[in-house]
This record gives sequence, C-alpha cells and structure tokens, in this order.
Amino acid sequence: MSDVLGNPAIPPDASDSLAVLEKQRSTAETFGIPLAVLLEITHRCPLQCPYCSNPVELDRSNKELTTDEWKKVLSELAEIGVLQVHFSGGEPTARKDLVELVKHASDVGLYTNLITSAVLLTRERLSELADAGLCHVQISFQGTEDGLSDRVAGYKGAHHKKLEVAKWTRELDLPLTVNAVMHRQNLHQLPDVIQMAIDLDADRLEVANVQYYGWALKNRAALMPTVAQLDEATRLVEEARERLKGTLAIDYVVPDYYALRPKKCMGGWGRQFFNISPAGKVLPCHAAESITGLDFESVRSNHSIAWIWQNSDAFNRYRGTGWMKEPCKSCEFREIDFGGCRCQAFALTGDAANTDPACALSPLHETIFKQAEREAEGETNRFIYRNFAGGTLESENGA
Amino acid sequence: MAGPRNISVSEASRPVLPRHAKLRYDETRKVWVILAPERVLAPDEIAVEVLQLCNGERNVGDVADQLAAKYAAPRDAILTDVIAMLQDLADKGFLTEAREKTL
Repeated sequence: MSDVLGNPAIPPDASDSLAVLEKQRSTAETFGIPLAVLLEITHRCPLQCPYCSNPVELDRSNKELTTDEWKKVLSELAEIGVLQVHFSGGEPTARKDLVELVKHASDVGLYTNLITSAVLLTRERLSELADAGLCHVQISFQGTEDGLSDRVAGYKGAHHKKLEVAKWTRELDLPLTVNAVMHRQNLHQLPDVIQMAIDLDADRLEVANVQYYGWALKNRAALMPTVAQLDEATRLVEEARERLKGTLAIDYVVPDYYALRPKKCMGGWGRQFFNISPAGKVLPCHAAESITGLDFESVRSNHSIAWIWQNSDAFNRYRGTGWMKEPCKSCEFREIDFGGCRCQAFALTGDAANTDPACALSPLHETIFKQAEREAEGETNRFIYRNFAGGTLESENGA
Repeated sequence: MAGPRNISVSEASRPVLPRHAKLRYDETRKVWVILAPERVLAPDEIAVEVLQLCNGERNVGDVADQLAAKYAAPRDAILTDVIAMLQDLADKGFLTEAREKTL
C-alpha cells in the first residue's frame, strides 16, 4: 500500500504537472480527454512582461467569448471528464464576470485554479472568488524587490500589490503557488525568491525559466541566461528542495536551449493538454496560433469540444509519430519527447514538422546554442514590452 | 490559515484532507481521484477507504481499528500501512491535521 498514490514526483515541466494520473493511463488510452484545461479568458492585461506566453497577435476584447459562452464551455468540459480548469489570460481578473465563471465551474464540479498577476484584485473580490469555490491561487512574480520587478512588468507598484494579494490569499485559507519567471536579468535574485515564497507561506514555488516563443523570442537577447547562471540556479533549487521537503514544493523549468534533449512539450501534441483562447479557439498549446497554416476549430463552431480534440486536423496533424521527418522518424526517443516543441520548431526553422532545434540531433542545434550563448554574454538589456500594438521598446533610462 | 506544515502522522493524529485537496469519484474514468493544485492523484481502493474515514474527528488509531475489524486483519500491520500512506500524503502537502473541533 506504500505506493498507492502513484508517483507524484515533481514534474519536469509545467505542462506535465498533471500527469500523475495521466501517466498511468496515457499509453492504454487513445488520447482520452485531458484532466486539466487552460482557459485563457482574455488577452487584456495591465502588465507588459516582455516574455508573455500569449501570442504576439493578441485577441481584442470584442472577440472574447461572452459570459454565457464560457459557462457553456465549462459545463461541457465537466461533462466530458475534465477535472481541473486554470483561469488564465492575459489577466483573468480583467474580466468582470470572473466570480460568476468560477462559481459556475464549481457548480459543475470542476476544480478551479486562478493564474493571476494579482494587480487588479481587491481583498473583497478575492474573498468573493473564495466563496465562489476557488481552490487555488497562483501569483506570478517578476523579482523580489520593487525596482526590478516593476520594470520587468512595465507597471509601477506591481510588486508591492502582489505581496499584498499573496497575504490575503493565505488569510483566506487558499493555497498559494508563487510563480517566479526567471531570466538573465533576475536570476541573481533566486535565493531571495525562495525565501519570499517561504515568507508568503506558499505551498508551491514554480521557478520557471523563460521559454523562448512569441514575446520572449522577440526579447531573447535581453533575457537569455548564461550557462553559469543556470548551473547556479539548478544547484540552488536542488539544495532548497532537500531543505524544504514537506514545506514547500518546488517545480523547476529550465530553458531548453541549454539542454541536449528537447522537452516533451505539452506532454506531446494533442496527448494530454489543450487550451481555449479568449476568442474560443481550441488549441493544442497556448502558442499554437503562431504556427501558420493550421486551422483551429472554435467552441463557436458546430463541433463539440470532444470532437475537436479527437478529430480536428490541427490536433491530428502532429499527434503520435506518423508526421515525423528525420532525424525524429527513426530516433529511439521519438515516443519519449515527440520531437520537442512544434511551435519552437516552426519559429526557428520555418517548419513545425522539423526536429525542435533544442535537440542535439537537430542540424540547427549547434548554431542556435551558440547564438543564445552570444546573446547571454551580450549587453542588450532593453525590453520590448508586450502590448496590443505589437510591442514597445523600453526607453534608455528604463520604462 | 491552513493546517501546520511538516506534520508527523502518529496513532493519535486526526488527519484530514485540506480544503484544496478534494477526494472525488471521476465518473468518466471510473476511478477515485484526489484533486490538488496542479495535480491529480490516483489513490487505490484502500487509500480511498482510509481517506474517507479521515474526517478530522477519528484519529489514526480509530481508523486502524475499523479496518482491522472489517478485514479481520492484524491491527499492527494495518496501522503501520495506514501511517505510511498518510505520511506520504502529508509530505506531499496534501494532508493536514484537524484543529480543535473542525466538524
């Protein structure tokens, strides 16, 4: 009976973090409905982080699903067997109907997570969300002190507000995850990040190195860490995990540029994850819209979500291994990492069916690694801030 | 605030799932699950039975008594297994101890 709970080991990347149940079943089942779904309910956000995971081409508010449309989506997700939903964005609290949506999700039996920048929350609204059944709050942090954090976020007062909301979260007895997005310009604060998570009484800390798609790819020269920085970060995380066992769980995501093997992105395309965009597109990954030539079905179409997951061309295009070219096609790891990330392969090679250059077997790996290394040693520190206008370069003297 | 961290499960503990860990039967997959932040755990039948008995009022000893009676099995062996299982869950942050009269 000692191993009855499966193996909830710390997952290697965030997209695998719900794989505990999935891992036992995924090989036996043909792409059963995912356990958790990411709902990007809006792309609006008061912050302008230069590594935002949203696509560079953002959905305007007039394209967003209505309250009733989201409620219908939530009911349908619960019906087909989804167990958890992550309310994300953009900034999900920018939607006036968030409490109503969380309430509806709880009513239909879904476990609800809020993934937030926190800056728009009041204590009263957070309390309403808790009453509506919210199960867990994840707050992103850009650093550990006002100066750098507010500069990265492009929003004055952001850091102070986040600390305040984190305290309210614990006062309301909600579990808290601190999500710290790390890169060259803030990795020196990692020891303080760990201490901050302890001081805030967080249950989990995600030390998430930036992944270089979309906005982050535009900002790669300003964000890419050095190999030495990463080695030190890994050492610090390993030491902290041991020291804080049973008190603070730490998830750690490394940038795949410095890996020899690519990550099993999204647990494999169309295998255990999908997300829904503000406009209602059902996507195999939150960056999938960056791949041109794929047609994504919407929840506004005549198809059910289950049909889209199982049958739509976009989900089937890179499912399994049949689409692969060499060196993936005959590679012994093809069912382990599924050739890495399709979005990254597209962004860096122009063809999503190529091997992700994060893989050492990709003919482009060496070139890209060297380029990243040069950028990491470079002096380019100004950000291109994320906004609806396609980005704005930081002024010489800071935001 | 939530229950204490780093709890040590003993015969006298009165463990309970914290608010953010929900034990549920998943109708689609026909399995019991524990829903937790960014995790879905799959407890086996015995673990489910133990957790259903952990209501914050019974202590671990009471749980072992009940299971020993039900399965006509040696209480000591059951107690050891139950403590190990609950400690594992506690170490992962999915178990808390009941405070004064939570029910």
